[in-house]
Amino acid sequence: MADMNRERHRTRETAFYLFTQQSLPACKPVLTPGWVITIFLFMGLIFIPVGLITLRASHSVVEIVDRYDTECVPEAFRIDKISYIQDDSIPKNCSRFMKVHKYMKAPIYIYYQLDNYYQNHRRYVKSRSDKQLLHGQKYHDTSSCQPVELNNGQPIVPCGLIAWSLFNDSFTFIRERAELKVNRKNIAWKSDRDHKFGKNVHPFNFQNGTLIGGGKLNPKVPLSDQEDLIVWMRTSALPSFRKLYGRIKEDLDADDVIVVNLMNNYNTYSFGGKKKLVLSTSSWLGGKNDFLGHACVIIGSSSLILAIVFTLLHLKYRRPYGDTSYLPWSRKSLSG
Amino acid sequence: MARVRKRSTHLSKLCSFSCCRRAGATDEHARIGQKGYSRVVYCNEADSQEQIRLKYRGNYVSTTKYTAANFIPKSLFEQFRRVANVYFLVVACVSFSPLAPYSGPSILAPLVIVIGATIAKEGIEDWHRRSQDIEANNRKVEVFDGNGSFKETKWKDIRVGHLVKVCKDEYFPADLLLLSSEYEDGVCYVETMNLDGETNLKLKHALEVTSSIRGVETIKDFRAVIKCEDPNEHLYSFVGTLYYECKQYALSPQQILLRGSKLKNTNYIYGVVIFTGHDTKVMQNAVGPPSKRTRIERTMDKIFYILFSALVLVSFVGSVVFGIETKKDNGGNYGRWYLRPDSTTVFFDSRRPLVAAFLHFLTALMLYGYLIPISLYVSIEICKVLQSIFINQDQAMYDEETERPAQARTSNLNEELGQVYTILSDKTGTLTCNSMEFVKCSIAGTAYGRGMTEVEVALARKRGEIIDEALATDTAEPGGSVKGFNFRDERIMNGNWVNEPHSDVIQKFFRVLATCHTAVPEVTESGQIVYEAESTDEVAFAIAAREVGFQFFSRNQTGIQLHELDPSTGERVDRLYKLLHVLEFSSARRRMSVIVRNPENQLLLLSKGADSVMFERLSEHGRMFEVQTKEHIERYSEAGLRTLVVAYRELDDDDGYKLWEEEYVKAKTSVGADRDDLLDKLTDMIERDFILLGATAVEDKLQKGVPSCIDKLARAGIRIWVLTGDKKGTAINIGYACSLLRHGMRQIVITLELPEIEALEKQGDKDAIATASLESVEKQIRDGKSQVDEESSIEFGLIIDGKSLYFALDENLVKLFMNLAMSCATVICCRSSPKQKAVVTRLVKSVTNKTTLAVGDGSNDVGMIQEADIGVGISGVEGMQAVMSSDFSIAQFRFLEHLLLVHGHWCYRRIAKMICYFFYKNIAFGFTLFWFEAYASFSGQPAYNDWYMSCYNVFFTSLPVIALGVFDQDVSATLCLEHPSLYQEGVQNILFSWIRILGWMFNGVLSSITIFFLTTNSITVQAFRNDGQVADYSVLGLTMYTCVVLTVNCQMALSVNYFTWIQHLFIWGSIALWFIFLLVYGSIPPTLSTTAYKVFIEACAPSIRFWLTALLVVIATLLPLFSYKAFQIRFRPMEHDTIQATRL
Repeated sequence: MADMNRERHRTRETAFYLFTQQSLPACKPVLTPGWVITIFLFMGLIFIPVGLITLRASHSVVEIVDRYDTECVPEAFRIDKISYIQDDSIPKNCSRFMKVHKYMKAPIYIYYQLDNYYQNHRRYVKSRSDKQLLHGQKYHDTSSCQPVELNNGQPIVPCGLIAWSLFNDSFTFIRERAELKVNRKNIAWKSDRDHKFGKNVHPFNFQNGTLIGGGKLNPKVPLSDQEDLIVWMRTSALPSFRKLYGRIKEDLDADDVIVVNLMNNYNTYSFGGKKKLVLSTSSWLGGKNDFLGHACVIIGSSSLILAIVFTLLHLKYRRPYGDTSYLPWSRKSLSG
Repeated sequence: MARVRKRSTHLSKLCSFSCCRRAGATDEHARIGQKGYSRVVYCNEADSQEQIRLKYRGNYVSTTKYTAANFIPKSLFEQFRRVANVYFLVVACVSFSPLAPYSGPSILAPLVIVIGATIAKEGIEDWHRRSQDIEANNRKVEVFDGNGSFKETKWKDIRVGHLVKVCKDEYFPADLLLLSSEYEDGVCYVETMNLDGETNLKLKHALEVTSSIRGVETIKDFRAVIKCEDPNEHLYSFVGTLYYECKQYALSPQQILLRGSKLKNTNYIYGVVIFTGHDTKVMQNAVGPPSKRTRIERTMDKIFYILFSALVLVSFVGSVVFGIETKKDNGGNYGRWYLRPDSTTVFFDSRRPLVAAFLHFLTALMLYGYLIPISLYVSIEICKVLQSIFINQDQAMYDEETERPAQARTSNLNEELGQVYTILSDKTGTLTCNSMEFVKCSIAGTAYGRGMTEVEVALARKRGEIIDEALATDTAEPGGSVKGFNFRDERIMNGNWVNEPHSDVIQKFFRVLATCHTAVPEVTESGQIVYEAESTDEVAFAIAAREVGFQFFSRNQTGIQLHELDPSTGERVDRLYKLLHVLEFSSARRRMSVIVRNPENQLLLLSKGADSVMFERLSEHGRMFEVQTKEHIERYSEAGLRTLVVAYRELDDDDGYKLWEEEYVKAKTSVGADRDDLLDKLTDMIERDFILLGATAVEDKLQKGVPSCIDKLARAGIRIWVLTGDKKGTAINIGYACSLLRHGMRQIVITLELPEIEALEKQGDKDAIATASLESVEKQIRDGKSQVDEESSIEFGLIIDGKSLYFALDENLVKLFMNLAMSCATVICCRSSPKQKAVVTRLVKSVTNKTTLAVGDGSNDVGMIQEADIGVGISGVEGMQAVMSSDFSIAQFRFLEHLLLVHGHWCYRRIAKMICYFFYKNIAFGFTLFWFEAYASFSGQPAYNDWYMSCYNVFFTSLPVIALGVFDQDVSATLCLEHPSLYQEGVQNILFSWIRILGWMFNGVLSSITIFFLTTNSITVQAFRNDGQVADYSVLGLTMYTCVVLTVNCQMALSVNYFTWIQHLFIWGSIALWFIFLLVYGSIPPTLSTTAYKVFIEACAPSIRFWLTALLVVIATLLPLFSYKAFQIRFRPMEHDTIQATRL
């Protein structure tokens, strides 16, 4: 044992010595032509197939997009959409037809998509109170919710601009006169429901002000079950975004026509936003997006091209690798 | 004789052997009591009311920068002298206002960490200084307690007026007035190495009236008052008066023992404390070396300006767009109603878009602050300190003989070592050992001494002669075991000289060597006699005389004693030579003489001096061996030896001499401007009609490995200038010996030792000489230049002497001269003074505008060392002053090769790469924020969670950079040395050129674009998971951030040439740390983790799209630089690429 200890001690000492002398065993990668070509080829061979698989996954997704914000405004109001949307007396219901062009396998996800809507605006993002969402009225310091903090001296639950501007268009789907069953549960993140929105927190004094923003909430349902609100409050990253509305649990066949009865309540007209309804299936990679596949293929093929160019140039300009005579200062005789 | 000349000022002190001190009060003494001369010391009455009332500072010394009380405020102040830190502080303060794009603590935290680390470093350094202070303050010395006994007292408790006893080899605790010593005449010897770096002993002399105060009783009753100058930093001056027993006595530096020096050769002394603690001359002298900044740091400042401008520009663009967008909301129907433009704050007020835009500009400055790397300074500092440790630890630069490692005394010049363009080197002690060896002599026209010097070997090689190996190797190992003596000749040694034809001349010759000097013998414990002298030449002479049989063993005020061999009896006898006068050496006189009376009562003038002055002083009948001796001297100096002519003269002990002596003593003791002239005239009168005895040749040995080191440095493209005090011939020969001047090199010699100038000098018209000299130098420079221009294929070596240099540095000529000097591979300035060395250094620095390195060992090199960009001190035999003022110290010149070619190259490369990379990573990160802003209507919302961002510079990306900055090596040390041309990468600043810096910055922008657009397009708008969930703000932020962390770390992995486990640990560890951070941070309650809550574990980790995107983005981002590198290495390889390839 003593021997072993001493041995270990010695190796540790030599290791330290090597460390101080900066001569630790090291891997010193050198980009030789062989390695360069191998790496380029390897990347090409990885990324092109991956890209193709990704594209395939993307193509397997069936997606129907219907922009309804303009169409759902009656002809008479098309010139002044804002007054239409702001006038509560005008009925907002609207019917759209969506044609299924390809067989869609359940679950079919229903999204609403908003464009040119800055949910990532700093003023907007900040205007919420996570503590109030979790603890309700027990939590008083809601100054971050400005300007939707109090109404008539009473706190608003949930406070803040995000909640206040809750999206409130609603959709029902009818296929061959039968209403399609839409599951609107479990559309929010589980962690949000469990830990961010209080189970005993009920909406209070919400949308009671002079200026009504978006949707209202049922005061009897606790916040943790208000999934539309929870989804809405996960603010989007970019000004174009989709949010999950629900799932259709039935398959849709090609050439099915779906009638969508919707309430066009939400005002996107005053800032020129668009509203779309999206039905989409999902693959293992999520929704329909050709970009990722294309990018992979492009990266892969450029690697391949680089490999070929490099090889050709390498063969054309043959010179012993490691020849110092090509260096600018080697030509000057320094050694005399 | 350079050494001797340098010391001439101190030699004058030796005159006290024989002549009186100045007695009369000078002008300065009249000023005592006035302003600047107001100090009063009550000797032996430190506790008296009068003394205490004066409130002089105690002897407590503190050299620390901070005290416990002011550490925090002062070090903070130091930190915020950096503009970047102030910027960050302002940002941190503002971050607590609503202007801030992210939460205050997240901005403050990195700043606190960064500044805390720097302050901690300061604190540790200061702690070391403090412990040194404590050690010094608690040393003990014996202090007279007033009651008849001495008590041990700590240094810090000593006060002005105390009477102390200092024993042999102890340091003086304060500046003392010497009262008396062990010796009756009140002399003592001190060593002043810590003050001026000189190892020789100096003699101090007490006043006669006090030299008898030795017994306890006399000490007890001793009372006196000293009035003297106030504390100042002049080491060699002191003005004061002693009032003792109702009389006044003038005090001079002769009586002052300075703190920092050491008592030698004297068992004890008594002294009165005059200056204590910080009032002492050594402490008054303590000023830090001038702080130097490296080229890279200066460039870095410019990069900071660029980044600041980029920051302002980007913020401005953002603010304009933000203003426009905000203004749009101001309509009847409130545009983006969901932002409530009707009930808004000033920051988003659509009715006052200009104000909002301006405030947004401030917000943006904070948001894009990530463009400026907060941790850059501290990271660089950490790297440099670690690099210095490596330099200090390097065994390749460890001198086994002296047990001295290399030492980086300042850590901030490391990378400058890799960019040295010109080396300015001292010769003696730097290239040569400065251990003089007596190798040859010429006596009575016969040359003695066999063996070849290194220079001779080199010369012979140059001529292509075949060298007698036996003789050549003979010199390689010093003859016998005697240091300083390498003379072998059986005709002289072992008493054989008595059989030589001119044995009487030989006897006289060695007698001169044994007596004509100022050395002090010291008997070591082993009974051997060693000599201490102002110049090493004199030591060599004394040793030579001893070895031949004329042993000098004792010296006192009046005489010198030798053990001598009596040729007639063959016995050893003691002979006493009465020493009457020492005619000191000076650079003007270039000779030194002593007047002695030998035991036969003959009066002799013994003299040694430079050949140029000695030959003309020979008497008619003393020129017997002149021709042969001249020939020998010629040969010796060709061999790189230092020669001196030895001669003597018998003086008539008559009235003529008496008269002269009277005059001489009078001149010596006189005070006035003409004293020196008078002395010169008098010595000139007597130092003539010499009888020539012979000449000595002393070898100044080259240091080990100098020629090969210089050759390597030359091959690395470094220009080497030698600035020496030697004469031309010696300098040229040393030049050949250390391969500074090489075969096939043409020499351009600029000198003023021309007949026409000398003729003018004889006439003595100073103006005429100056004009003629200037013209002559100009002509020679122009000639040289035209030679250089004509033949570009030949290398040139320029040799210029000190006098010509003086004219060449004239305003009108300097440009021309530097122009010529720059086109020569080697420049040797001989006969140059310390001041000229510094001036030349400054000129080279300013003309080339490239890095200069000065290397030297003596106090005469200090100017040069401080003036150069990098000062290297050789910690050799000549004390520590050069080292104290240097930035790096090495034990031998040859270590310079390792220091520059290996450490310099590595450090340059590391720092250059590190800085480029630092800017890259911050630009890559900062610009993703900007692109995101473009999609958030420039509202100032950061793309990432606050804490992701604040950890970016501190945790996720800093360690790999530091590893790069400390450990990376492109090629190994051996290869660095094998391929010196690699060094040119640093000199030409290839790795830190603007193209490269901007290239990296551009790459940063490119990376940010790739990351942002690939990520956003890949994971939004559609579902990004198979369960239909879409990516929200937090998912996009996390994905993008992951891509950034992966990319910059992998980019780092691509740039590293040297992977030890440390690099692996840091690079992959940083990435792992990010994911661990996500898990930990994501699992703390959502009120704290906000947007990061469970994002990774719930949303991203299960999503294949997330991982695929990350992979794609990383590869796509790395591809441009990787391809560039691949093609560049193959088709336009740089030096290190080629060398790396040869390694395979």
